[in-house]
Amino acid sequence: MSKQSHQFLNDAQRVAFDLEHRRKIKFNIGKYDLAVEKGRERYSHQPLAKQRAAFLKRRVLNRLPELLEELENNLVRNGAEVHWAQTDADVLKIIGEVARREQVKCVVKSKSMTTEEVELNHFFESMNVEPLETDLGEFIVQVAGEKPYHIVTPAMHKSKEDIDALFHQKFKTPSGSTPQELTAWVRNFLRQKFVTSEMGVTGANFLVADTGSVCLTENEGNALLTASLPRIHVVIAAIEKVIPSAKYLGLMWPLLSALGTGQQMTVYNSIFSSPRKPCESDGPEKMIVILMDNGRTNLYADHHLYEALSCIRCGACLNACPVYKNVGGYTYGATYSGPIGSLITPHFKGMQAFKHLSFASSLCGKCAEVCPVQIPIPDLLLENRRKSVESGCAPVGETIMFNMATLVMKRRALFNMNGNLKTMVSGLTMSKMLGNQKKFPKFAAKSFSVQWNNKR
Amino acid sequence: MIIDLFIPCYIDQLYPQTGWNVVKILEKVGVTVNYNPQQTCCGQPTFNSGFWKQSRELAVKFIKDFPHDRPIVVPSASCGGYVKKHYIKLFEGDAAMQSECDRLARNIIELSDFLVNQVKVLELGASFPHKITYHDSCSSLREYKLKNEPRQLLANVQGLELVEMEENTTCCGFGGTFMVKYVPISTAMTQQKVENALRTGAEYIVSTDSSCLMNMQSFIDKQNLPIKTAHLADVLASF
Ligand code: SF4
Repeated sequence: MSKQSHQFLNDAQRVAFDLEHRRKIKFNIGKYDLAVEKGRERYSHQPLAKQRAAFLKRRVLNRLPELLEELENNLVRNGAEVHWAQTDADVLKIIGEVARREQVKCVVKSKSMTTEEVELNHFFESMNVEPLETDLGEFIVQVAGEKPYHIVTPAMHKSKEDIDALFHQKFKTPSGSTPQELTAWVRNFLRQKFVTSEMGVTGANFLVADTGSVCLTENEGNALLTASLPRIHVVIAAIEKVIPSAKYLGLMWPLLSALGTGQQMTVYNSIFSSPRKPCESDGPEKMIVILMDNGRTNLYADHHLYEALSCIRCGACLNACPVYKNVGGYTYGATYSGPIGSLITPHFKGMQAFKHLSFASSLCGKCAEVCPVQIPIPDLLLENRRKSVESGCAPVGETIMFNMATLVMKRRALFNMNGNLKTMVSGLTMSKMLGNQKKFPKFAAKSFSVQWNNKR
Repeated sequence: MIIDLFIPCYIDQLYPQTGWNVVKILEKVGVTVNYNPQQTCCGQPTFNSGFWKQSRELAVKFIKDFPHDRPIVVPSASCGGYVKKHYIKLFEGDAAMQSECDRLARNIIELSDFLVNQVKVLELGASFPHKITYHDSCSSLREYKLKNEPRQLLANVQGLELVEMEENTTCCGFGGTFMVKYVPISTAMTQQKVENALRTGAEYIVSTDSSCLMNMQSFIDKQNLPIKTAHLADVLASF
């Protein structure tokens, strides 16, 4: 068992019966569910929108290399600097060089999972550059010294009381402050930083190939400020984010909002196509786009699993997942949690270390049901399980067990063994297997098959 | 009409009475039941664990055990859904075997689907004077796409009162080997499912799938909770 797998089991055991955690997540996901239900009603036929989005994303994947090339050409033509990064280390090397060259001391960041993937904050700190999260939820987890709990709602695991206490402790805000008061405090604090930081780092929700643009969607206006106030705007974008043209944003943006938060549209939706032009009075002097692979081409090469690259990171599958709700975001021990995380992490960070995530699912199928781009997550998890077994990652004990079970099931005789004997044997071997809160049932004295033979 | 009966391994081994109840129902609606006592398991547990080679061997046996081109009735949406959807994948590039899989996919049918949509019988004359809640197994709801059929049949049972539970589309925590491999997660899920069922005041949790019921029952038994589980066939055969 890998160290990560062991850790996963331990953390799952702890969190799954933490009733306070259960209550907070139930409360927050409950609010989300209501909003999403309203969002669904705004569509005359949401399944059709999902079908279109799924089709668009698959078509993008079929043309990925050429779309990326087109994107690069247009970005460069617009005056942006483009870099290709194969690994997280490559991303850090590129952005580190920019920061050094430009003598950057402080970086503002908008919410971005790619920056989490490369652990950008940690890297900047190690080179004495101050990174600052400007999305409220991300700011909260940064202040708490934590990582995002959820890809869309990073502080989902915290109640308003938790946040009040945290801010009181770290910033001496009056205890008992309301969420409005705390938000106002953060806004004030961040305003200064937007003006004084030399670099703003964002991710990208979509990349438009034919115009060479970066699209961001957000609710607080902080991404807009991050991209436009500092001297340098760096975009760390995953390669699968490209779409052929901006005309598809009319489909994708509302769908992302509908499933991500239940909103009709997120509040701020921005398209950045170039650094400041000579005729313009504001905007960054430099726009640098880093196109990151970091394991994605592993998925791309597989003719089943490549579909996972359709993901638009809306977070709906996390909110729908009973495993996520019970073990929480941190238990996964990976940047991406929930169903999509369980699916892609073994390919991003190693099958041997993270294969357990593909097994830690009851395959209930809620994730696929909610997914706006129709990724058949349970089927793909099954594909991961197959890959894990066929690449020799299955535990020896399990292989022996399944070989034995197959032998038994290929012949009827053992199946017809006396039930009391089976109950005894299973009592010896299986009594502990269900833990101490469940009890394995008794075998029938005679199987149906035996009874049939006797009676008919 | 002659049908072939497939009794999934856990019904065969743990709940043979449910098997007999299926026979009783099928005979009541006038079909002739053929049961091949050599059958064992469709192989879903091995498939879900990633062991394709072993799953293929079990599928080959299953295909041999069910050689006819006629309905194969199964009191489980999970096994039925698996055979329907996944068998074909096991034999990629083998046209002969794939056509056998097609034959099975076309013929295998879950009990309530068979009763409601094939023989078109909604009322079996059953009487079950109890308050029950119905558990949609994930595989019946989302893989097999069964929601109304069991409820239609239950609506025609004398004296039965069906109360839906909260979060009735959420998994009970079974998930095959998941139940054993991830005991804490599975147990937390089962606990919440059973709590939701208890809150309805029902005496029974009824479902199309004995696997989910076995999971919930294992929790109920250990915790001594005032609720029981019953397969849909057990209720429908109360005549
Ligand atoms: S897999 Fe689908 S539901 Fe999950 S985050 Fe991605 S797009 Fe959203």
